[in-house]
Amino acid sequence: MMPASPAQNRDRKGEARGALCWLLAPAVLWTAFFCLLPLAVILAVSFATRGTYGGILWELSLENYRDLLHLLYGRIFGQSLLLAALTTIVCLAMGFPLAYYIARLPPRRQALWLVLIMVPFWTNFLVRTYAWIFILRTEGLMNTVLLKLGLIPTPIEILYSNSAVVLGLVYGYLPFMVLPLYAAIERVDRALIEAAWDLYADRWSVFRLVLVPLTKPGIVAGCVLVFIPSLGAFITPDLLGGARSMMVGNLIQHEYLIARDWPLGSAISIVLMALVTGAMIWYFRAQSVVDDKRGAS
Amino acid sequence: MADLSIDIRSLVKRHGATLAVDRVTLDVRRGEFFSILGPSGAGKTSLLRMLAGFETPDSGEILIDGRSMAGVPPNRRPVNLVFQSYALFPHLSVADNVAFGLEMKRVPRRDIDARVASSLELVRLGEKRDRMPGQLSGGEQQRVALARALVNRPAVVLLDEPLAALDQQLRQQMQGELKSIQSQVGITFVCVTHHQEEALALSDRLAVMHQGRVAQIGRPQEIYESPATHFVAQFIGTSNELRGTLSDHHAGRATLVCSDPGLSRTIRVAVSDALRPGEPVALILRPERVRVAPDGGGTGFDNELPGRVETLRYLGSEWHCVVRMNDRQSWTIHMPNHAGGSPPWRAGDQVSVQWNVSDGVVLPLS
Repeated sequence: MMPASPAQNRDRKGEARGALCWLLAPAVLWTAFFCLLPLAVILAVSFATRGTYGGILWELSLENYRDLLHLLYGRIFGQSLLLAALTTIVCLAMGFPLAYYIARLPPRRQALWLVLIMVPFWTNFLVRTYAWIFILRTEGLMNTVLLKLGLIPTPIEILYSNSAVVLGLVYGYLPFMVLPLYAAIERVDRALIEAAWDLYADRWSVFRLVLVPLTKPGIVAGCVLVFIPSLGAFITPDLLGGARSMMVGNLIQHEYLIARDWPLGSAISIVLMALVTGAMIWYFRAQSVVDDKRGAS
Repeated sequence: MADLSIDIRSLVKRHGATLAVDRVTLDVRRGEFFSILGPSGAGKTSLLRMLAGFETPDSGEILIDGRSMAGVPPNRRPVNLVFQSYALFPHLSVADNVAFGLEMKRVPRRDIDARVASSLELVRLGEKRDRMPGQLSGGEQQRVALARALVNRPAVVLLDEPLAALDQQLRQQMQGELKSIQSQVGITFVCVTHHQEEALALSDRLAVMHQGRVAQIGRPQEIYESPATHFVAQFIGTSNELRGTLSDHHAGRATLVCSDPGLSRTIRVAVSDALRPGEPVALILRPERVRVAPDGGGTGFDNELPGRVETLRYLGSEWHCVVRMNDRQSWTIHMPNHAGGSPPWRAGDQVSVQWNVSDGVVLPLS
């Protein structure tokens, strides 16, 4: 066969690149239209000013961001981070044993369990959260049963508190923790667990030194998938937290729909997003440094 | 009483309805290289996993260094297993893999470093201590797995098909290394394998397992030269066989009447007194114990059968010759290469296959 001339090669490469562009076009358009465009709108609005009747005046200023420095907003951000972190920890603590249990079942039973974990998604989230009100309220299902059984002397006042919010968030986002964990644990070679056990490790050491390092991508994915939506949640804190509990999500919703201050709402959204993105970048940077040190293969 | 590392007494393990291990009794002496050989499904892996503590026997007893292992979990047993897949921790360096057991036993840091270094030296991987397992070749991973077990100085090292994942050449090299390392450290090795050459080459003694039971225990020579059962004879090495019944049983000699009508000669055989006339038996002849002579030539051997050379394979040191005895069976015969590579026979040659009474073993068919 004749070796291709440089010109021909270049042509061929150019053609390949052209084809690649066409293949990528739908995805690029999709991202641009549904992700970047709305984001750009929010970013632009965050620099605008609220009109007297809730309109948007295009008088550009940093006023909205300066307002956010107010202590009240700081407290709401702080509380949101705390509740989201708590939710993530509880989900991880509950999700890991469950995911481990499922991953070690015979394949058929695994499928059944995975379906059971998805079943709640077939019902609207709002409706399911209302159901929790009926379970948790003072004369609700939980208190009635516990009182009847004589396990508690007086009803537990849990509804409309941060505890109820965390409970609702854990309930809502646990599947997002279990599924990536399951996928990660299922891939761990059983022989590695046995090898650690054979090398005198007790259960806790096997978990800490072998299982956790090997399932770390799943743990990180699960935590990200739980933490981010928890941080921005507004239905759960609204319904289960009542007036005493406000998270950033409620604040944004409030600014947009009730105070009709779109510019301020947009500014809060942008700050929230910047915080989360910054945290992610910091985490993955730190991670890649650790991996480099290890000379990961 | 011999100094025993492992003492297994009528061990039974059921997997569902099948008996994986069926009343196995055997002992392994201290410092011995002991192999458990058998086809897949013979129960050898179950036996190994019970020694390591991953499976619990349904009945029977395992003593290691004289101590009963009943109820003792794997992390409390004085044994270490070298896994078939090596099971090296992919997130730990070679040195950290080897140090794992010592760290779990809370050996002081200084001792750990010294012992890890010397055991990596032993398997000639001193320079690769900081590599990750993924960066090593199969043979190197195997040696790390071995070092990870040896560094703990266990009473027994268990090896599960240690060389199965290696290619032929590496396999032979590792066989030699495994043996020399074992004699250097003097630790008892128990090796499970389905590879009979490996078992013969490595072991001081071996047990052949078949359908959950021990068919024979002995030194490699005993197993090969005087197999106890027809199964052992067939499983170990290549065997040529003649089936039939015995007559003229007298003073350790008998006549084999072949059941195969195409081979209707009387064959003189040596037999044990336990065999009865009329009992179906098989005469087992190893490929290197049979000679091939030109057809019609004088014999001087106790037995002789005609045959036709079918194929000849040149293996360098040897010729492997397949001789068709009749339309139902052909024999494999090994001949040393004396004539500088020129073939001793051509395909199609009529030959005479000859052997002495002492070259064969007669075993009952059951």
